[in-house]
Amino acid sequence: MTVRSLAKHGRSNRLRRRFADAFATGVIVLAAAIVLTPLVLVLAYLIGRGVGSLDLAFFTQLPAPAGEPGGGVAHAIVGTLELLVIASVIGLTIGIGTGVFVAEYPAHPLVPTVRLLSDALIGIPAIVMGLVAYALIVVPFHHFNGLSGGVSLGLIMIPYVVRATDEVMRLVPGTVREAGFALGLPRWRVIVSIVIPSAASGIITGAMLAMARVAGEAAPLLFTAFGNQYWNFDPLKPIAALPLVIYTYSISPYDSWHRIASASSLVLVVFVLLTTALTRFVFARRAR
Amino acid sequence: MMRIADEVAVPEAQVDAVLDLHDVNVFYGATRAVKDVSMAVRPNTVTALIGASGCGKTTLLRSLNRMHDLTKGARVEGRVLFEGQDIYDRSVDPVAVRRVIGMVFQKPNPFPTMTVYDNVVAGLKLAGRHRRSELDEVVERSLRQAALWDEVKDRLNGPATGLSGGQQQRLCIARSLAVDPAVLLMDEPTSALDPQATARIEELLAQLKQAVTIVIVTHNMQQAGRVSDWTAFMHLGELIEQGPTDQIFTRPQEELTERYISGHFG
Repeated sequence: MTVRSLAKHGRSNRLRRRFADAFATGVIVLAAAIVLTPLVLVLAYLIGRGVGSLDLAFFTQLPAPAGEPGGGVAHAIVGTLELLVIASVIGLTIGIGTGVFVAEYPAHPLVPTVRLLSDALIGIPAIVMGLVAYALIVVPFHHFNGLSGGVSLGLIMIPYVVRATDEVMRLVPGTVREAGFALGLPRWRVIVSIVIPSAASGIITGAMLAMARVAGEAAPLLFTAFGNQYWNFDPLKPIAALPLVIYTYSISPYDSWHRIASASSLVLVVFVLLTTALTRFVFARRAR
Repeated sequence: MMRIADEVAVPEAQVDAVLDLHDVNVFYGATRAVKDVSMAVRPNTVTALIGASGCGKTTLLRSLNRMHDLTKGARVEGRVLFEGQDIYDRSVDPVAVRRVIGMVFQKPNPFPTMTVYDNVVAGLKLAGRHRRSELDEVVERSLRQAALWDEVKDRLNGPATGLSGGQQQRLCIARSLAVDPAVLLMDEPTSALDPQATARIEELLAQLKQAVTIVIVTHNMQQAGRVSDWTAFMHLGELIEQGPTDQIFTRPQEELTERYISGHFG
């Protein structure tokens, strides 16, 4: 190949590469835009419909009777927080414990089975988890209650927390564990004081995402927490929750209730967004 | 000296060895990586294990404080006597073995979430010793022993990961020394470091051996020549030759040893 033909070849090649590069970049940007579109649309719609109802009363008062103006969903906001606390107690203890087990005892004969079942659990519909909580807790108590709702959400959280914990624990280099063993520390001590702190930010991120994931669940709460129009802090009685408010108010015939549903959705979406963003922000700063 | 088992140890070999290996074999599954190695490690010396990559020197080193217990499929046969007590005896707790026989690894591995101070005392603190005055004392002593004190004394509460690679490795040495081991196993401790940091650690070894017996694996024959008193040459899992370092390097008895140290392979 002569020098001239080499140069010519190089030029056409460069053009083709530029075109391929521009095309590939375009496709990727488009894909990202498509991902963001629903989120932006949902947020815009909810803000348009709901932001007008967001006043102090919305966060502090009980619902007004249908047709009457004002009122709020304070009971459902508190109820959702209460459900999340119960769910986290169950989901985080069992989830993190199981995650640590599968990550740190890879030679244990039960680990492959546990990992498989945990992954399978992610695919189980949320409403089925509600059914499990119904059978376990509602039936023995003979009435709907908040505890069963929290348990159903906790069951949904478990596999997400297991996977997140498992993955971040396995990212901790084996050499760090060996350093601990070489100091004459027993295995549990190495796991608790060296490996878990090294993986903590990842575990907490996974936990927050799992909480955000279940905060918006309505289906498993329909026949567990059930919902409540009044204040109730007793987890053994029916309890209100934002997703249930959204569901009930959306299918009602009253326009004022529709607006409350939109406002509640906005609060829920913003809560989930803030949780996710805050988690990322805190740990991005810490990583630096 | 801390006992590694409850029962009274009966000295059964020559008194002059801290570690006494008898027909040690290490298997990974069906593969025999170390074959019938017998040798004695004398107190307050530096013993170098040399040989080509894959010759089993690191595998042998890791059998000396039961690190293989943690590797799936690894198995050790034969006897390793520490002050007369077989560390593989059923009555012996591997955790106790590692408390008296410490290890420094190829890549510096400080605990990433801990400060310099906490790294040094990790072995004590996590074993339940919390008296501040005692810990302060151990931190200064260990860091001085590791020739790191002057460089880090003003940043003891800074993150360990903020130190340079060479400083991190000396921190790891200080961390090992803090639990007051009798033996320190070093697995190519300078292979990830630049020549200056390497020189500092080599200087350190000469002082350290007054307090602790050292077994060091190294790829670098000049390093073995500079730092060690005793050298063992391994090839394909077998211990080919061992002896005083100057003898191994100037008058090797085996042809294989001579070919290795003169750079014909490896």
